[in-house]
Amino acid sequence: MPIRTEPMTVNVGPQHPSTHGVFRLRITFDGEEILEVEPILGYLHRGSEKLAEERNYVQVVTLTDRLDYTSSMINNQAYCLAVEKLLGVEPPLRAKFLRTLVAELQRIASHLVAVGFFIQELGAFGTPLMYAFRSRERILDLFEMLCGARITVSYMRPGGVFADAPPDFWPALTQFMHDFAIEFNEFEQLLLENEILLVRTRGVSPLPPEMAINCSVSGPVLRASGVNWDWRKMDPYDAYDKVEFDVPVGSHWDNYDRFWVRMQEVRQSMRIIDQCVAQIEPGPVRLVDLPLVIRPEAGAEAYGRVEASKGELGFYLVSDGGIAPYRCKIRSPSLINLTVTEHLLVGWKLADMIVSLGSVDINMGEVDR
Amino acid sequence: MNCQLAADNILFENALYRVIYDAVGSFLPCWLAYVAAGLAIMLILVNAVLLGAALVTWFERRLLGRFHNRIGPNRWGPFGLLQPIADLAKLMTKEDLIPAGADKITFSLVPLVMMAPLLLMTAVIPFSKNTALANLNVGVLFILAIGSLTTVAIFMAGWSSNNRYALFGAARAVAVLISYEVPVVISLLGVVMVAGSMSLANIVQAQAIPFLLVQPLALLIFLTGMSAELNRTPFDVAEAESEIIAGYHIEYSGIKFALIFAAETGAMLVVAATIATLFLSGWVGPFAEYIGWFWFLLKTLLVLFVFVWIRATYPRLRVDQIMALSWKFLLPLSLINLAATTLEVFFLRDSAGTLATIDLWIMAGINIPLALGCIFLFGNLVPENAKVLSVRPTTVVVPAVATVEVR
Amino acid sequence: MMQVKALSGDQLAERLEQALPDSVVDKISDEVWVEPARIAEVARFLKEDEDLDFQFLNSVSAVDFIEYFALVYHLTSLRKQHTAIVKAKVYGRDELVVPSVYQVWRGADFQEREIWDLMGIRFAGHPNMKRIMLWEGFEGHPLRKDYL
Repeated sequence: MPIRTEPMTVNVGPQHPSTHGVFRLRITFDGEEILEVEPILGYLHRGSEKLAEERNYVQVVTLTDRLDYTSSMINNQAYCLAVEKLLGVEPPLRAKFLRTLVAELQRIASHLVAVGFFIQELGAFGTPLMYAFRSRERILDLFEMLCGARITVSYMRPGGVFADAPPDFWPALTQFMHDFAIEFNEFEQLLLENEILLVRTRGVSPLPPEMAINCSVSGPVLRASGVNWDWRKMDPYDAYDKVEFDVPVGSHWDNYDRFWVRMQEVRQSMRIIDQCVAQIEPGPVRLVDLPLVIRPEAGAEAYGRVEASKGELGFYLVSDGGIAPYRCKIRSPSLINLTVTEHLLVGWKLADMIVSLGSVDINMGEVDR
Repeated sequence: MNCQLAADNILFENALYRVIYDAVGSFLPCWLAYVAAGLAIMLILVNAVLLGAALVTWFERRLLGRFHNRIGPNRWGPFGLLQPIADLAKLMTKEDLIPAGADKITFSLVPLVMMAPLLLMTAVIPFSKNTALANLNVGVLFILAIGSLTTVAIFMAGWSSNNRYALFGAARAVAVLISYEVPVVISLLGVVMVAGSMSLANIVQAQAIPFLLVQPLALLIFLTGMSAELNRTPFDVAEAESEIIAGYHIEYSGIKFALIFAAETGAMLVVAATIATLFLSGWVGPFAEYIGWFWFLLKTLLVLFVFVWIRATYPRLRVDQIMALSWKFLLPLSLINLAATTLEVFFLRDSAGTLATIDLWIMAGINIPLALGCIFLFGNLVPENAKVLSVRPTTVVVPAVATVEVR
Repeated sequence: MMQVKALSGDQLAERLEQALPDSVVDKISDEVWVEPARIAEVARFLKEDEDLDFQFLNSVSAVDFIEYFALVYHLTSLRKQHTAIVKAKVYGRDELVVPSVYQVWRGADFQEREIWDLMGIRFAGHPNMKRIMLWEGFEGHPLRKDYL
């Protein structure tokens, strides 16, 4: 007599240790295999876009901190670029370098979190995560020296940065870069060739490039799918046209590649930081002639975008001549990268589901806004 | 009353038992003294195991802290030694929830069913010379048989919780256990054959050199299999925190959770003690007559350290990969080990059927290269690559610019 | 250094007029306004045309200008390395329906749902047109200017 089986629907989340926040997946399982997936969002929706319409242009910076709270600096940068585009101004050179530098520091911190939790989801009990957080802590300490905050930094302003780096920031940064090179080598040795990691991630949940592009996926996930596309190269903003770096591209499109691309990007970020430190020169860090309350001309609009740690982060600003943005649309990479969830998960096992989700690296603050 | 324990009694060799028996036997009827002494020694044993389990949690957390580059619990008591008590106090004050729709009786029975086999297992382990509660002549069989009873508890928990994550955990646990029981049992056959006995005390006596050297493959298989049965990483699929949250014990809270947790760590302790007994020559060491228990504890701690070390190092395997590891890797290895040991014992034993120390060295000389060779061979023979990417388009959309770095 | 260039509204309008007559409403410096009812057609053409090749949809936004809603599509061609902005005016306040570009770019999935949720413009042809950020049964569309 054949055994009668029936599919089983499970709610993964919103309280689940591996959904990166309050994210819910309604999954139909056949045994351990996934038949259907439906992502359900909105548990952290705070209406950032509506809130931005009630604040003046400088105040909105604080809202951007709270989007992807693991990469606040890059969010600041994206927003400030959009406002500068709206006004048609450019920040001074030193500010550009400072922004590039802190954005890359933040990218390292964000990728460390992503990789750390990725391995955590593979089941390693904390060790890689703690190694990653060891370095991330020091980056946050550096941010504290710059602006007094570690997570919600609000360091950048339209037209530059909030303040120049204090004198003791530079030796601290040099010391960090020296230590981090060693720590990151250790981290790579621990992970890159780990047999279980390879077995668990290689060939799992491949995302073909056509699919990735059609789903508007961006960032490391897109590059892991073999598409060489990085806004820092393609549309250089701030000081990215003055530094050299490579764009790591995956060849197998699988979970391992997504992990590998992030690891390589950390290396490239280290290169960029070194070049920034070498090239930065004294000078003003903020446009002095920019009024405190910015009023762009009515009808102006701008789409400012950066290559954030999760992908293309864009701010679409529309002005009506008032002190607050008329419309501030946030193109968040985490939300749009989730479009591929169904493709990545269906047909794979429960254990792979968690890992694939981790390899996309979403952040609920940004998904729900 | 002057009670005399018969020399053929199963408890005769237990020195501690005889002390208690003699003491209570002086004023109680013999049959009552027999029972009372038994209860007393069981009380000692149960408390020792529970205390041991508590200390193991402390040991594990401290050690994991060191592996993680942090300190670990160090607030309560010297070196944080009282941390387990604080944990227990916390858990006991928590509400004891039984989910709606749960099978209440089964659900509540689980902590006991988990705890019982673990306590029974300790009965046959010799902590020092003549201190096993019962020196069963089928000790190894007893441990294997009782040890797998935990799975019943796990399945009871998964089934009665009325929770799908728990069900996942239970199904996985059963699947893993069934796969791993086979190589584990076969691997221990080699040990039994070399020792010529199933009694743990006799196996310790037979270890002129630790069986770690004589039976390296068996140790590897037993350690791996036991990691799987204990739900330790990299085989902790049954309670994979990042996947199914806590697996079968997701719905347990308060004192029930404390008991389940204690049973888990206690099982680890007992398995570590078993490995120390079977492969690291138990209580044998310098001055073993007096400080045998010290050597035993030291060796147990060593095995525990290995368990924690593995936990801190490896990510988790997928459940099908765990099955594959068992059937494709461990089972053939255990059979090879069994065959090799059989042949060695057949040719090396003397007319009385015993093995001299020199014979053990010869076996070690054969088995260690055999183990290394087998692991190397099988490691390369069985590629465990999950699904191979079947469709691979020839055109990769790469804009015709700049640096491409391909792995 | 590579620089992505923005296609001018004139270029885009010219191409669109050739292929899909009467689809263009207006054109400004670097954007083109199209007929909202034909947005899906336009999208398919923009994606499949060899020279335009807009495979990548950056974002879909909606702006409430009180008398009309503006739908803004930011597009990028990864091969040709150029970008474009396509807009459509949707007049009215209630029962707004615009064809979905879901079948052209899957990336529009969540963003169109979000626009329905927060701005109240429905997309016909979207397979899963329901609220995304707010719960079902929520009244009103909060990003509209008249929602307080």
